Amino acid sequence: MDDDTFRGIVAELGDANFREKEAIAERLLESGHPGVRDVLTALMDGRVFIGGQSAVAFVVESTAEELAEFTLLDPANQRVLGTSQPSELSRVVTNNQLRRFLRTVVPRFSLASPDAEVRLEAVQQIMRALDATAIELLRARVGLEDDERVLYEIDTALALSMLDEGNSRQRLSAVNTLSDRLHPEVYNRLSVLVGQAEDGSFVEPDADVRRAADEALGGIELARAFYYVLETAFFGLSLGSVLALVAIGLTITFGVMGVINMAHGELMMLGAYTTYVVQLLMPGHLDLSVLVAIPAAFLVAGSAGVLIERTIIRFLYGRPLETLLATFGVSLILQQLVRTVFSPNNRPVVTPTWMSGSLQINEAFSLTYNRMYIVLISLVVFGVLLVVFKHTRIGLDIRAVSQNRLMARAMGVRSEWVDAMTFGLGSGIAGVAGVALSQLTNVGPNLGQSYIIDSFMVVVFGGVGNIWGTLIGGMSIGVVNKVLEPFAGAVLAKILVLVAVILFIQRRPRGLFPQTGRAAEDV
Amino acid sequence: MKTSTRVLSVLFSDRASLGFFGLLAAVAIVVPVLNLAVPASSPLHLSSYVVGLLGKYLCYAILATAVDLVWGFCGILSLGHAVFFALGGYAMGMYLMRQIGTRGVYGHPVLPDFMVFLNWDALPWFWYGFDRFWFALVMVALVPAALAFVFGWLAFRSRVTGVYLSIMTQALSYALMLAFFRNDMGFGGNNGFTDFKELLGFDLQSDGTRSALLVSTVVALAVTVGACRLIVASRAGRVIRSIRDAESRTRFLGYRVESYKLWLFVFSAVLAGVAGALYVPQVGIINPSEFEPINSIEVVIWVAVGGRGTLYGAVAGAVLVNYAKTYFTGALPEFWLYALGAIFVGVTLFLPRGLAGLVPAGSRVE
Amino acid sequence: MKFRNVYFIICLSALLGACGGSEEAESDAAGEPIKVGVLHSLSGSMAISETTLKDTVEMMVDEQNARGGLLGRRLEAVVVDPASDWPLFAERARELLESEQVDVVFGCWTSVSRKSVLPVFEELNGLLFYPVQYEGEESSRNVIYTGAAPNQQAIPAVDYLANEVGIERWVLEGTDYVYPRTTNRILEAYLKEELGVADEDISINYTPFSHSDWQTRVSEIRDFGSEGKATAVVSTINGDANVPFYLELANQEVSAEDIPVIAFSVGEEELSGLDTEPLVGHLAAWNYFQSIESPTNSEFIANWKQRMGADRTTNDPMEAHFIGFNMWVAAVEQAGTTDVDAVLEALPGTETPNLTGGIARLLPNHHLTKPVFIGEVRADGQFDVVWQTDNLVEGDAWTDFLPGSLDTEANWADPAINCGNYNTRTGVCSATNFE
Repeated sequence: MDDDTFRGIVAELGDANFREKEAIAERLLESGHPGVRDVLTALMDGRVFIGGQSAVAFVVESTAEELAEFTLLDPANQRVLGTSQPSELSRVVTNNQLRRFLRTVVPRFSLASPDAEVRLEAVQQIMRALDATAIELLRARVGLEDDERVLYEIDTALALSMLDEGNSRQRLSAVNTLSDRLHPEVYNRLSVLVGQAEDGSFVEPDADVRRAADEALGGIELARAFYYVLETAFFGLSLGSVLALVAIGLTITFGVMGVINMAHGELMMLGAYTTYVVQLLMPGHLDLSVLVAIPAAFLVAGSAGVLIERTIIRFLYGRPLETLLATFGVSLILQQLVRTVFSPNNRPVVTPTWMSGSLQINEAFSLTYNRMYIVLISLVVFGVLLVVFKHTRIGLDIRAVSQNRLMARAMGVRSEWVDAMTFGLGSGIAGVAGVALSQLTNVGPNLGQSYIIDSFMVVVFGGVGNIWGTLIGGMSIGVVNKVLEPFAGAVLAKILVLVAVILFIQRRPRGLFPQTGRAAEDV
Repeated sequence: MKTSTRVLSVLFSDRASLGFFGLLAAVAIVVPVLNLAVPASSPLHLSSYVVGLLGKYLCYAILATAVDLVWGFCGILSLGHAVFFALGGYAMGMYLMRQIGTRGVYGHPVLPDFMVFLNWDALPWFWYGFDRFWFALVMVALVPAALAFVFGWLAFRSRVTGVYLSIMTQALSYALMLAFFRNDMGFGGNNGFTDFKELLGFDLQSDGTRSALLVSTVVALAVTVGACRLIVASRAGRVIRSIRDAESRTRFLGYRVESYKLWLFVFSAVLAGVAGALYVPQVGIINPSEFEPINSIEVVIWVAVGGRGTLYGAVAGAVLVNYAKTYFTGALPEFWLYALGAIFVGVTLFLPRGLAGLVPAGSRVE
Repeated sequence: MKFRNVYFIICLSALLGACGGSEEAESDAAGEPIKVGVLHSLSGSMAISETTLKDTVEMMVDEQNARGGLLGRRLEAVVVDPASDWPLFAERARELLESEQVDVVFGCWTSVSRKSVLPVFEELNGLLFYPVQYEGEESSRNVIYTGAAPNQQAIPAVDYLANEVGIERWVLEGTDYVYPRTTNRILEAYLKEELGVADEDISINYTPFSHSDWQTRVSEIRDFGSEGKATAVVSTINGDANVPFYLELANQEVSAEDIPVIAFSVGEEELSGLDTEPLVGHLAAWNYFQSIESPTNSEFIANWKQRMGADRTTNDPMEAHFIGFNMWVAAVEQAGTTDVDAVLEALPGTETPNLTGGIARLLPNHHLTKPVFIGEVRADGQFDVVWQTDNLVEGDAWTDFLPGSLDTEANWADPAINCGNYNTRTGVCSATNFE
């Protein structure tokens, strides 16, 4: 096919509907023209445009938003043809089905890529839609491929194809190959294999193959069940670490100082908005933004906390119920302040690339990065707090004041200063929790309210003033919630956990790890 | 004879009480007259919008009195009274739903519209009996009482006190809110109950019924405040106050602190339930957002604004704060949350005894 | 003591004063403005969505005044804030109708707020234009439903997925309230009866409002979609719960090509508050998209941006208010008065242009004719229209796919029926199928 015919076919995309576009893509594939790969990749990325009166097709180098002009390339040979205003071009729109089709065919051109990761990804994509051409391509790669993981995937794909076309001995060996593969495609294919057709005859005529497939399925199901348990545990721990993170700050202000800080949620909200502002201030470095936001949020929320303590709470010590009301007032003011400054709408916070996607352990088990990092953040916060309390001067002062304020003052501890610092510390940690939440949920004025009751429950359940209790309390609530959820549904699971905690507190009014000493009596 | 004299002397011994009950009586007489008898063209005419508004405030006043009884006199800061209020409201709402009968959009003789909507074919068991007014009335009191009893029995017996109790009551209201939001519960989910037609055969849309409801609310408020005053003036009332001031000491003196707290809590829950039952026909809707924890906290702030431990203060606080809310959300919607927040902070910092604290000490009702 | 009494008197007189002031009788003389009530939450949880609609009505009122008003009189918007509080909606509605004596009200977003004000509008014979897509199963004499009924959004969306994308398995995921419940019941019936989908190929689930931990559910959806059949999620997830849902989908690497999600409550306004990267390729079904090119739409967008700022978007409920407002103006002009009965008489059959280049006509059941568009989310927060219905779809107040409403129809134009729930089988004005 010559270049002009090729360009002509590409230009037909302009007026075609989605089905016709798919047919055009198939015609391009069959043409064997060297430009096919680039055009189809561009089509998948939304970079094919039609421009001018004569409806010529162009590939555009990049459609990044900041570009004032697009660089136009010739679809046939990728040579630069010139530039054009975006408004003068009309994009060839694709839909999901078309992109799904392209995603399974474009990787066929990547099988020879020098990068093993690209080849691996390509084989995995091809496996989703195996046809004769694809199998031919994979078979040709077997001798050339040197990467273990890629070979493993090719092996799986070829074994799957063998189930359709091989003789009974080949089918048996294919089943044996597949018996330890956790790909959903394998499970689905084997399930079909052991089933019966509508007329009652077996899909797989050979009884040995059927038996082997049955056994393979049993093994796969067992492995899946195992990973399902692991997955549920991870879900529970990640939910638990969010709960623990939002509650740790509270356990300091509540447990150590006896202050019911209803504005705790709003301090988290401040942390989340800090993330948003940090991202606005450093638009080119989104990957770093979260790392910068953590100390920034600690400072912002911490200073807000010190301010609240100095202006309101210090007048209310020893009257915990009054602090509850006053800080609730503060929470309303903070919410409305955020509405006035940032508008009532939610703010978009971008997830850095290193926090998106998931770590694929195997085909049946993967861990999402953002949740893993949040587990990590809460463990780090927890560790740092332990060190601060056990091994620093301020930690010693805090413990002294919380155990016996008068005695500590008599020993020369400036209790006022310690109070301000303690409240600042608790609030700062709320800010850090806010950064974590900005990666999980909406950043809006209501962010704080949705977590405040949960965090109080964690603190009370774990035992007031005990950060170990908060960690263990949070984790257990998270895991129990996630274990219940598949059976009871999300709402009922949550209600059951709440009721269980309420009942637990009736049995043990001071929580899992009760505070001891004089302070415990006064709360 | 002797008892009734004592009752009267407790209720009307001071001028504040006379003023309060006098004012209530005036509202009960003047408002219906201005609404029903004065023609709409006259500047003295009260629109039914205002009648409804007053009715709502007075329902809130009953609720605030109930909270003041447990918080102001016994030191139990309940952040769950909106639950009892909502449960009373739901019980009344269920009766009103059954009264709709075939006038619903689907015209089902038994099932309320939302059940037809969700394709239910039979009335759930807990809806039985609500077609009778007396049964609904019993439930208005019984359901909040039972919940308060179970919760209070568990909590007070294991000596869950102070902020722990507050947080537990808050968790309770949160759990119930989530539960009532579920459509599978059979209480209409998020939409709750609405589009009521009549109460005891009286058209809820008519001005006469609205005035009658207002008068009932005034009477209920008078009875509530009167009963609360009798309780706090009694011997038991003194024990209750001593529990507030020194719980352990009272226990060591041999009083069964748990029983006092439990019965007071249950009584207060019943009052809240009655307030809810009066509220629903007047505002015309009950739905799970009434359970929201923030509602309970707002009730507490009404009491704090008025002055806790004074009963009249609670009534004044409820009416005043809600009037301010109506005014500001209309005039300056942006400003309302700032104002409410500032009231919370200001009252706790500068007016720990609320507005009642401004009254000279000699004339205080304690 | 004295203090206290004085206090109560102040309090009562303040109350009485407030009402006395609003009781001045409004005369209908020429020169008096025509009052347009706006009943949208400006605070509370719904302020996010509803504030925009208040601004839209104000813009329409100003534009109409610039054109010389209506019937030679000026229009005046009366804005109140029901604060996302459902009982307050009823209270404010009464205030608008009784104290302010407004001639028409544009307002409400959630179904529960509409249900809350409905008795008030019927009692006081007001006129409400309700601009949001909803679950149907209702037609009031006093309400004009300018949003989509289920057959103008949900059913075309499913048709598109089944016929154009080849979807065979369905996840119906919704927030637990009446709109998703009804929509999913209708869709379930439609999928089974019309498209022959088997029971095990439909998964229905409900989550609470503002649900934020989607790990378990997304993992279940992923497994449900990995069984070899093309799977799609039909999402009636409400508001705040959407962001964590799409984030979790992206993080568990469920892409729009594998399992597309079609949403009925996610529009341009919602997308402007979140990072759209994880959503690209997912779908939404609406009767209007900002990206649709037509002269009226360009003008509307330009006016909106000039008034509110260049970064503001337009969306479907705004178009509904645009249509509703123009329809009301046309009906008032035809009737020659703002009297509600006369306007209601004139309204059915009224035609006004919509923003997508077509004509909206008000049907006798108080619903509109609308085109249906399916859009795919682009990275810039706008939608690519990938499909649209050939003709305008007539809004159906009572769905044909639920047994309770099969024989029911609404008709406010035919004097012989003049009813919102007329049973065609028994000929009685009550949807009753329960003899």
